[in-house]
Amino acid sequence: MTAPPDDCLARNDWICGDYLSTRRQILLDAVGQHVQLTVVSVALGLVIALPLALLARRRRWTIGPVLGITTVIYTIPSLAMFSLLLPVYGLSATLVVVGLALYSLTLLVRNILAGLDGVPAEAKEAARGMGYGPMRQLLTVELPLAVPAAMAGLRIATVSAVALTTVGAIVGYGGLGNLIYAGMNAFFKAQVLTASVLCVLIAVVFDVLLLAAERLLTPWRRVVRRPRSARGRRLLTASGRRA
Amino acid sequence: MNTLPAVWSWLTTAANWSGENGIGHRLEQHLVLTFACLAISALIALPIALTLGHLGRGGALAVNLANVGRAVPTFAVLVLLLLTPIGRHEQWPTVIALVLFAIPPLLTNAYVGMREVDQDVVRAARGMGMTGAQLVWRVEAPLAFPLVLTGVRIAAVQLVATATLAALVGGGGLGRIITAGFNLASTPQVVAGAVVVAVFALLMEAAFELAQRFAPVWVRGRTR
Repeated sequence: MTAPPDDCLARNDWICGDYLSTRRQILLDAVGQHVQLTVVSVALGLVIALPLALLARRRRWTIGPVLGITTVIYTIPSLAMFSLLLPVYGLSATLVVVGLALYSLTLLVRNILAGLDGVPAEAKEAARGMGYGPMRQLLTVELPLAVPAAMAGLRIATVSAVALTTVGAIVGYGGLGNLIYAGMNAFFKAQVLTASVLCVLIAVVFDVLLLAAERLLTPWRRVVRRPRSARGRRLLTASGRRA
Repeated sequence: MNTLPAVWSWLTTAANWSGENGIGHRLEQHLVLTFACLAISALIALPIALTLGHLGRGGALAVNLANVGRAVPTFAVLVLLLLTPIGRHEQWPTVIALVLFAIPPLLTNAYVGMREVDQDVVRAARGMGMTGAQLVWRVEAPLAFPLVLTGVRIAAVQLVATATLAALVGGGGLGRIITAGFNLASTPQVVAGAVVVAVFALLMEAAFELAQRFAPVWVRGRTR
């Protein structure tokens, strides 16, 4: 009779090197799916949010309804959101992407609007005085000045999307969430901990990348370091996290 | 689309409202869980926020806590707690996870509220000879109240959402209707459960909105 192997997998340790080496491909696939779901959903949210924010700014009366609807969407818990989309998309990756895109959308619309509203009137007047048309003013003056607020929204949306993707496990498309779900049912500690840590790592990497992108997009802010305004802080604090 | 009639008939079937797995019982669990955890997290977060805000210390901690918390998936924390020895006590993993995630919005908003109190007012109060405690209770806390309330509102709405996820790890609450629906492959039940959860979350948000809108001026704060 051979004794059962005494390795960390058999002992069901939280931290287990053997798990990493033997399940490498599974982990890489899950990370790949996780990143893909996150990026596609946030990109979709951004593509819809930008025109919506511009429309809301041009036709001021649409601001109320746009903000109202986005607040309603943001209030719906993720599990309910995915469930509500079930009859439309079935058990598919599209369901998760659409659900996450709706959350990103709400954060992005609000932050882009705040960014555009925060453009100093002098900057707009100067642009007009230099003979800029409305389109040129929007593209070369207002949008760049709205970048910091918009990027703050994009960072929150992306980090939230990484965390929320795990809930997609309920329909089988949750990236690392699938591993957490399976690990829960099998009481597999190493799998749950590894997948959870990888989730946080992905979120941190995205956040750092977006921060770097923001600095590249706003070279003028690197010259004069202004202390972060209370307004910027309020944006970060006033929007809670989704669960 | 014949899902909608099926959802409607699920929601209007009396049997789905009563009993252990009925909407009534699940709603009660959800309410108890939400408000119990809101109370616990407020008791932990608010004294810390008022103290730090009064002293003007730990600002980076208070403001960044919310951002760090956002990167940690609720589902992962629920499962991790379930697999620790805590998981053997039925409701504990859920309660601990809910409290952990409700603390950051409470702490951050109350802290920012305390720091944004007009410093002229604070100096005037000091000049009148107020002690530290008097300053907190009579000047700073009342002026910070609108933002404290905003934090409570964010935490409450978020608790409703987090409590829904508890169903994924075998906790109680309205999320159980959804997970049971998935297990039964019953789309009508999944959607019906989601509708109940969404309505509950929206009612919570609406209640706070109304409370803040019709409250006296010192509760609402100046129009922001």
